[in-house]
Amino acid sequence: MQIKPVLSALQKHRLAALLIVLEIALACAVLCNAGFLIASRLSAMQLVSGVDESSLGFIQLEGFDPKVANDLNARVVAGLGAMPGVQSVHVINSVPFGPQAGAFGVTLDQAGKQFRGVPELYLGDPGTPEALGLKLVAGRMPGAQDYQSVVEGYLPASSNVLITRTFAQRLWPGEDALGKTFWTGKNQFRVIGVVANLSVQQYDEEGERGAQWTVFVPTKSGPPLAGTYLIRADPQALDRVMVEARTVLARIAPDAVFDHQQSDTLPVLRERFFATDRAMAGLLVGVIVALLGVTALGIVGLTSFWVAQRRKQIGIRRAIGATRGDILRYFQTENFLIVSFGIVLGVVAAIAINLLLMKVFEVPRLPLHYLPIGALALWLLGQLAVLGPALRAAAVPPVVATRNV
Amino acid sequence: MFAYYLELALRSLKRSPGLTALMVLAIGFGVAASMTSWSVFRAVSGDPIPWKSAQLFVPQIDNWGPNGRNPNGDPPSAMDYADATTLMRDHRAKRQSAMYQISPSIVPAGAGKHPINVSGHAVYGEFFPMLDTPFQYGSGWGASDDANRAQVTVISSKLNQKLFGGTNSVGRSVSIEGRDYRVVGVLNDWNPQPRFYDVVNSGGFNSQSDDVFLPFQTAIQAAIPNDGNTNCNAVPKESGFIGLQQSECVWIAYLAELDDAAAVAAYRDYLQGYAREQQQAGRFGWAPNNRLRDLRAWLDDQHVVPRDTKVSLLVALGLLLVCLVNTIGLLLAKFLRRSGEIGVRRALGATRKAIYLQFLTEAGMVGVAGGGLGLALTCAGVAGVGWVLPKDIASLARLDVSLLVLTLLVAVLATMLAGLYPTWRASRVQPAWQLKSN
Repeated sequence: MQIKPVLSALQKHRLAALLIVLEIALACAVLCNAGFLIASRLSAMQLVSGVDESSLGFIQLEGFDPKVANDLNARVVAGLGAMPGVQSVHVINSVPFGPQAGAFGVTLDQAGKQFRGVPELYLGDPGTPEALGLKLVAGRMPGAQDYQSVVEGYLPASSNVLITRTFAQRLWPGEDALGKTFWTGKNQFRVIGVVANLSVQQYDEEGERGAQWTVFVPTKSGPPLAGTYLIRADPQALDRVMVEARTVLARIAPDAVFDHQQSDTLPVLRERFFATDRAMAGLLVGVIVALLGVTALGIVGLTSFWVAQRRKQIGIRRAIGATRGDILRYFQTENFLIVSFGIVLGVVAAIAINLLLMKVFEVPRLPLHYLPIGALALWLLGQLAVLGPALRAAAVPPVVATRNV
Repeated sequence: MFAYYLELALRSLKRSPGLTALMVLAIGFGVAASMTSWSVFRAVSGDPIPWKSAQLFVPQIDNWGPNGRNPNGDPPSAMDYADATTLMRDHRAKRQSAMYQISPSIVPAGAGKHPINVSGHAVYGEFFPMLDTPFQYGSGWGASDDANRAQVTVISSKLNQKLFGGTNSVGRSVSIEGRDYRVVGVLNDWNPQPRFYDVVNSGGFNSQSDDVFLPFQTAIQAAIPNDGNTNCNAVPKESGFIGLQQSECVWIAYLAELDDAAAVAAYRDYLQGYAREQQQAGRFGWAPNNRLRDLRAWLDDQHVVPRDTKVSLLVALGLLLVCLVNTIGLLLAKFLRRSGEIGVRRALGATRKAIYLQFLTEAGMVGVAGGGLGLALTCAGVAGVGWVLPKDIASLARLDVSLLVLTLLVAVLATMLAGLYPTWRASRVQPAWQLKSN
């Protein structure tokens, strides 16, 4: 296929061709950046919680007198534990995707000089790590002797804790964390086990805390650990258990208020936590579909118009020996050239826009592999859009050349 | 004459109905899609109090020193009790309020009713006029109530509905955490999103509304504990709520209203002086490192607005741009082939002005039709976001009327300009030339 005649024909339609090139360039730039936004939303939603979400539920009670905390814990654990389908009930301060329950700045030394970030702390009574389904990768799970009462403040004075692999690397890069100690104020932690994952309660991508910066502190139930419970149930029975738990709680704990907002199964809490991300991603997909649709319609419209204009020329070409395939390929080549110009401009624009966004909104750098994907999508779109009008052009009979306009 | 142009335009558009439909659809679709997504994105990134955000300021005082600063060197985002109460006592801004989040239980009147937990804030009386909170009944409390630790409260219309059946409850009493408080005001529906006055505790967005407001010092005296975040650089020496008040832990949000640049500068000097005093007194072992950001800068700094949202706004605009370019391209392709027709009309005695008017009418018709379609689709889109988006976001999505008008104007103008250029080119050529070349 010769490109030169195509180019010289395009010169006759400089302005219209230029506008299509501009449109493709804009579409390419928007497509790459929006696609990147969607991908980062989706990958954020893949957050690994490290717990057996499908068998877990969380219940929060409020408005009870702190003096009855121990009694309330005993009543709730016994009452909920007796429900059919429930495997175990534990007192826990919060769960992944649950309410934020305690973030503490930690240091490697008692003097508080070597600050290492603000992880979130999980407090739970005996058996909680097993009920959560935490996967141990080193060390051991806490034994009965490791669970201590909180005498003052929020934490035991000194405790044997589990930390996640990620946070262990954060505290002691490249070293074995087992047996090492760290501090928050006067409270000391000694690492007895490292777990694969345990995500924070409310992960904020833009915050300074990593998704897996957590510490599990074995604690006996009792103030301040009261009113918040982890239910482990058979996954099939979980939804029913959570519904029935309300009636059971109204009977066994009439002095406390059931928090409808926070109490639910972990799959529901997870879904609610990511609702905005999902909505944003959905909306962006909608925008991209609209964008591609409009671009395709623009190509169809313009090419149809050109085909109608060039009927006579097409007829002449056919009359002097061009095959249908030649005519078809002519329009395909023309489209390919226009789209290519657009893509070249668009890639430059996409990078420029991304650099600008990085500067103004602190978005991450656009990975380069988005550019060829965006380019390929537009080439494909262009070829699909031009096919209809080009086939119509190829169907123009040679006899048209002999007719007068 | 205009009626004649309209008829001509209609005829010309009818000659290529597919292309015309395409142009109208592209404009309508582009306007609707970009406006709908804009209204949603704006809902989560909007300025909650646009008429006043430039006068509201959040002071930050560095009471933790170099070890407690974030990587940008910023001091803690909230205040400790000592600094907050001193700033309130000195009262250097036009209006100001320290505040902390509370979650007291309220016992409704009548036997056998369960206590309910509500969330709210302990604030100073100036909080209400400073934020222009709308009142259904009554008003906020005065400075003397703050000073006397009066047992007064402002409640939300929602709580008023629950407790008093929505009647004017000013003067009646509510039992909060076992004490009786006199209602002085009932707010009208007021739940700004993001919750700009206390982003430290709400993270900006909170579907639960603030239902009860108590005077700050009254709540402190009644030992109603802080329900929001508490951040400490050291464990408080004493435990409990009293220990928290004596500690360097930060848990209090602060807002000040400053009217002009001079007031801002004066307040900055005051904060500087205060920090220097503390340094001289030996409480701070470091040079003053205060911040005084206006509300927008503060929301930005606290990452209340997800960065994605702002980028998404640009994506919505990009879509509109693509649609406009598309329409212009189609119009150009159509109009550039009309030189023959222009030649005939000129030869028959039409002036250039008449030609311009005719073509502008035709392009304008496409623009107006597209704009009208866009308007209808936008209304449908904004009404329909509730189907696909979570309730708390969808309820915030509001049509920005001024922006919609602007978009429609841009769409119509762009199409008319697209019609103008080929006409200008064609009408410059001698009519005889065009007739001959035909």
